[in-house]
Amino acid sequence: MSIRTYISQLIFLMVLMGCDASQLNNPYVEDEGAISVLYQSFSERPKHLDPATAYSENEYAFIAQIYESPFQYHYLKRPYQLTPLTASKMPEINYLDSHGNKLGNDVQDSDIAFTDYVIDLKQGIQFQPHAALAKTSESEYSYHNLSETQIQQANSLNDFVDTGSRELTADDYVYQIKRLAHPKVQSPIAEIMKNYIVGFDEFSKEVASLQKTELKNKTISGVKTTGRYQYRIRIKGKYPQFIFWLAMPFFSALPWEADVFYEQAGLSNKNITLDWYPIGTGPYLLAENNPNRRMILVKNPNFHFESYPSEGEPSDKQNALLKDAGKKLPFIDKVIFTLEKETIPYWTKFLQGYYDASGIASDSFDQAIQFTGSGGATLTESMTEKGIKLQTLVEASIFYMGFNMLDPVVGGDSERARKLRQAISIAVDYEEFISIFRNGRGVVAQGVIPPGIFGYTDEKEGINSYNYDWKADKPERKKIEAARHLMEEAGYLNGIDPKTKEALILYFDTASVSIDDRPTMNWYRKQFEKLGIKLVVRGTDYNRFQEKMRTGNEQIFVWGWNADYPDPENLFFLLYGPNSKVKYGGENAANYQNPEFDKLFQKMRNMDNSEQRYQIIQQLQEVVRHDAPWVFGFHPKNFSLFHSWYSNLKPNLMANNRLKYTRIDPVERAEKRRVWNHPLWFPVILGLLIFVALLVPAVHVYRRSAKEVLQ
Amino acid sequence: MIQYIIRRFLYAFPLLIGVNILTFVLFFIVNSPNDMARMQLGQKHVTEQSIENWKQQHGYELPLLWNASASNEEKLTKTIFYQKSVGLFLFRFGVSESGRNIGADIQERMWPSLALALPTLIVGLLVDVTFALMMVLFRGGYLERTGMVLCVALMSVSSLFFIIGGQFIVAKVLKLVPISGYDDGFSAIKFLILPVIIGVFSGVGSGVRWYRTLFLEEVEKDYVRTARAKGLSEVQTLFRHVLRNAMIPILTGVVVILPLLFMGSLIMESFFSIPGLGSYTIDAINSQDFAIVRAMVFLGSVLYVIGLLLTDISYTLVDPRVRLA
Amino acid sequence: MVILWTDALIFVLMTVICVLAIYLRNKEHIKRPLQKIAGSKVGIASLVVLLFFVLIGLMDSLHFKPTQEKSNEVMSCLDFWAKPLIEHVEKTYSAPFATTLYSKETVVLEDGTTQWSYPRLVYGGRHLENPGSDLIPDILKKLFYGLVQGVACGSLPILIYLAISYKRQKKWIKFDIIPASMRTALFVTFIIVSLGYILIYLSSYYHVFGTDKVGEDVFYQAIKSIRTGLVLGTLTTLIMLPLAIVFGILAGYFQGWLDDIIQYLYTTLNSIPGVLLIAASILMVQVYISNHEQSFTSIIVRADMRLLFLCLILGLTNWTGLCRLLRAETLKLREMEYVQASQALGVKKSIILIRHILPNVMHIILISVVLDFSSLVLAEAVLSYINIGVDPTTYSWGNMINGARLELAREPIVWWSLSAAFVFMFALVLAANLFADTVQDAFDPRRNAE
Repeated sequence: MSIRTYISQLIFLMVLMGCDASQLNNPYVEDEGAISVLYQSFSERPKHLDPATAYSENEYAFIAQIYESPFQYHYLKRPYQLTPLTASKMPEINYLDSHGNKLGNDVQDSDIAFTDYVIDLKQGIQFQPHAALAKTSESEYSYHNLSETQIQQANSLNDFVDTGSRELTADDYVYQIKRLAHPKVQSPIAEIMKNYIVGFDEFSKEVASLQKTELKNKTISGVKTTGRYQYRIRIKGKYPQFIFWLAMPFFSALPWEADVFYEQAGLSNKNITLDWYPIGTGPYLLAENNPNRRMILVKNPNFHFESYPSEGEPSDKQNALLKDAGKKLPFIDKVIFTLEKETIPYWTKFLQGYYDASGIASDSFDQAIQFTGSGGATLTESMTEKGIKLQTLVEASIFYMGFNMLDPVVGGDSERARKLRQAISIAVDYEEFISIFRNGRGVVAQGVIPPGIFGYTDEKEGINSYNYDWKADKPERKKIEAARHLMEEAGYLNGIDPKTKEALILYFDTASVSIDDRPTMNWYRKQFEKLGIKLVVRGTDYNRFQEKMRTGNEQIFVWGWNADYPDPENLFFLLYGPNSKVKYGGENAANYQNPEFDKLFQKMRNMDNSEQRYQIIQQLQEVVRHDAPWVFGFHPKNFSLFHSWYSNLKPNLMANNRLKYTRIDPVERAEKRRVWNHPLWFPVILGLLIFVALLVPAVHVYRRSAKEVLQ
Repeated sequence: MIQYIIRRFLYAFPLLIGVNILTFVLFFIVNSPNDMARMQLGQKHVTEQSIENWKQQHGYELPLLWNASASNEEKLTKTIFYQKSVGLFLFRFGVSESGRNIGADIQERMWPSLALALPTLIVGLLVDVTFALMMVLFRGGYLERTGMVLCVALMSVSSLFFIIGGQFIVAKVLKLVPISGYDDGFSAIKFLILPVIIGVFSGVGSGVRWYRTLFLEEVEKDYVRTARAKGLSEVQTLFRHVLRNAMIPILTGVVVILPLLFMGSLIMESFFSIPGLGSYTIDAINSQDFAIVRAMVFLGSVLYVIGLLLTDISYTLVDPRVRLA
Repeated sequence: MVILWTDALIFVLMTVICVLAIYLRNKEHIKRPLQKIAGSKVGIASLVVLLFFVLIGLMDSLHFKPTQEKSNEVMSCLDFWAKPLIEHVEKTYSAPFATTLYSKETVVLEDGTTQWSYPRLVYGGRHLENPGSDLIPDILKKLFYGLVQGVACGSLPILIYLAISYKRQKKWIKFDIIPASMRTALFVTFIIVSLGYILIYLSSYYHVFGTDKVGEDVFYQAIKSIRTGLVLGTLTTLIMLPLAIVFGILAGYFQGWLDDIIQYLYTTLNSIPGVLLIAASILMVQVYISNHEQSFTSIIVRADMRLLFLCLILGLTNWTGLCRLLRAETLKLREMEYVQASQALGVKKSIILIRHILPNVMHIILISVVLDFSSLVLAEAVLSYINIGVDPTTYSWGNMINGARLELAREPIVWWSLSAAFVFMFALVLAANLFADTVQDAFDPRRNAE
């Protein structure tokens, strides 16, 4: 950018600031000047910003920008592909036998006792400036021995003025794995990792009574540094999906100094903890954290060099996604996240230009989206006029209606129960559900696997032949008569329970008891009524619901699963017998158990993606479709809207660190905001006039009475 | 006087203990520690072990009220009730289920609550008293009757309508103020102006009626008649005598609620996303964060007791005839 | 016949009121204020409106199981009568008197092609062949028919009244001889019946207040909400009255340690922020219900249980105010000469309480009951907003308002749910407030003196 354009832009901005008095409804008070600021919102304050415990979408929105794991998903390429982030290359994977001897690559799975992942890191990566790393001139840590008065005076991390930084080493990654194992950290994946990482369980028991600060000098047998920039993780057996875990924030780097600093007594009383003030190597650092109001991310001055990807899908070029190829990341200087709980203000502010991107609540949907004759979604005129753009993406999730397989009525392996389940599967018309409650934002599930994950197909072979017919190159739900016929075969003619001679009563357990869920519940009742079944909705609070699920007291429930990583294993394990919720406390909430399924699953689990694996996945799908422990609901489709000044966006289900690739044009935004937000004064003036007019008779009456008194 | 205050102060103790026991019983019958753990740990990959860990860390592994396995006085002290309640009396509210220090949060969120509640109270008082005085001035006429009808009509509208309607018209259609949000210092004004107006508006019906009865009572008294006989105009009598004498019940009425202003307004704050204690409470109820709810109940009770105390004192100050025994 | 808990209590309440009315019929100190109420036009008009609301509420409180169907759903008399409204379910939103849905959808035309347009409603205005041009004439026509029939119906009470007086006095009385209170009552009845008839007549052809997100008729929802409002307003008082009366009078009369305990009790309860207490209690009820699932087989029973508990909780948190008033009044009364005299004569304390104290605090009780009614109806809406109000499946204005908040964010906005809730709630609360004013005027001795 030449100096001339720079100056002209500056003048333009200054003029805009002068006009800002017209934007009375601007919710942002600070004048940001010429830097590029992104305005986002969050609806729920994140509970943890510690990468060892954070596990939800709203937490990842922050920490994925701050912490860096060794690998990341490629921003543009599909199918999803891992690339190195802080690692210098993809890991070296070695298979070992039970004595620790290296095996060749062509060995049988059964011979593999251990797998080694050797990870090499880039050199010269620096942590963000942080008080925990600050050193005095005598090169001692400034804030590791805080006095009581120092703690008393501090109200936020920014009150510790000095900051420091140091180079990222392999030790920081190893240290974080130790933290995962520490019982006091309570990592949600600790229980899973026990099954995989060698020495994890033993380490966890060994350090149970120790403080976090003492972890540094303990060693975990399966995780070792093998150089300043190299470390090795040894896992049990073969588990090809482990590499995906290494791309999650759980396995990012954390300096031991952080724990030493934050564990000082008294800091947690001031809400100065790692959960609120992260310390990472990523493109952004958390400059202000007020989860009661707003959180601000600012560009990390120490961020290592990373460039915008230069290759992607063929369509990326047309969509101008490769314009910035090779340029240094990140593009946005500052991100302001504002707490926004209510959907109305959220949506209104988006339309007024005060948020740069927005999801679509079901209630504002008609305003934003219309469907073309062929069923595709496009933006309405009022949206296109504003230059708003739309992105849609089917999520790697499934929402399903599960039957408790331990239940005497709907569960079990009997032909009667299976027919009943199949009949219900036909009757519950999820196409209608999607159109009513999700405004078409979803794809009906034909099986367990969502689109975008290996094993999914939208061809004829991919349909659920028990519920659907293949007609005109499209799946079409079977007629309700087919379901009624199945009911008759199951012994419930017209839905009459032969035992009671009354309509069959089934119970639907849910934790959705708010008013907004009432239509949904009514809809479910209507679906079952088609078969003559009376559905009783048993709503309780979330805890009771969980309790019921754990003890197997539920009958029918709806639940969802969001894939952790793009592999079918992460979905089929929801139906794997040894994961049964009641018996083993696992994630198999339907308590489904089928030996054939379990055998196929074990086989599929450890395979690399191949034609053979694809075939096994289809067999697995077929088994589940036949037994129907779930009514496969739908895969939600994510519609997101963003303004014309927000660019370089490509939906990516797996990568959470997308922020660094995106770009904002603040000049265009300022211009549009000005146009969109002219206040209307005349009703106020009108109201005042009416009020004054009303006062006239009052004054009149008073004058008269005063006169009377005088007379 | 000081003796009296001390005595009232001591009297507050059994009260607060009662509050504490009541809330404790309510909350722990509702929600066992196991439930809390599950709620906080979320959905994915939760095992019995992780629940035990959570309970251990948050101090919920003890028995509720009676620890049979402990020795002597520890039978009472090594319980959840003792551990969680005693701190409240020292205003140590502990850590919320989500891991933040409640005391620090309360200190921070108290001010936005006050920034909303205090202007609403003062402006509301001024508006109510003005209109009430006007109605007394025009008593018996059609203006008073219209005013009374308007008051009853305003009283009959749920405050939710005022909020929803006000937000819709002023912020969305007219674009005069930001639809929601907050900022510290003077920039808060543009966020607060709409909630304050709505707050005043929704209270004006009942307020005006209440002050009107107060004034009417005074107007009938003999000294007012005397004043009028002296030749003072109606307005002069109203301001010099009626208003001044009615000040006592008005002020004492205000003093009771003054401390409670800190608690904020539940609905208003969450509609306009003002980060005060009201929205804090609502969030806590919705996310079933019982540590916060307990702290807020306790805080509310303390403030209430302070309010009572202040009222007693203010009575003696404004009316020397009242003697505190 | 199915009797829900709240039904039973409502009928208990009705009986209590009837017995009380018979008992107080000829009491002089009650008669005078009653005459004063009868003399107030506003009072009579609001009373008639209230009675109509009560009538609908009572109709909605008679529940039975329809036997012809093999279902375990419970219906009320009102449901039975409003069956067409229940069955006329559209797919989603439609505006009042609309013949099409509110949003565009892909419609399959007869020739198999698809079009992006507003689909016709299944029930609303289905008798119209050409809705574009016929709609407004048809509505006007129906309005006129409804008006004629409604006026006919509305005149009925007047005719009946005239017939009765004819029988009594053996001659047709002139209209202006009818007592003023009766005239107002008849006039208001006439208006309500005519209006109601028009609404009912129109609602069998159209959705007069539109439909909600799942296509349920909003008019029906608003009508059903009446019972919820009434139940909350009345049962809560039924629950709090015994507590307030017994504790208030005892504390005021006996003083000493009893007074201390009762004062302690109500100060403690009072000092807890009401919303929090209600929230905690409602959560407890949910736990109770989920632990005793077998006894709540149908939704209506569960919802009813929650409503009852809400009344209970509101009653338990609300009795303190009245209790304090009664205590203060009793303190005054016990110093009165006639009470002192009976004490000196050795009359039993229980008799003094019932004979002398209770009747003399009656006016306070009555005033506070009518005053509390409207505030309770309004409180319900606020509680529903925080999700600690009535069960989400219960029809209530609070639930309607709560749901309507999101509808205002739509473009074009969906305004009818909110408006319907507003109109009905406003009518009830306004009537209650006006009536409360009249009662206060009539019973408050201080006001009487004026």
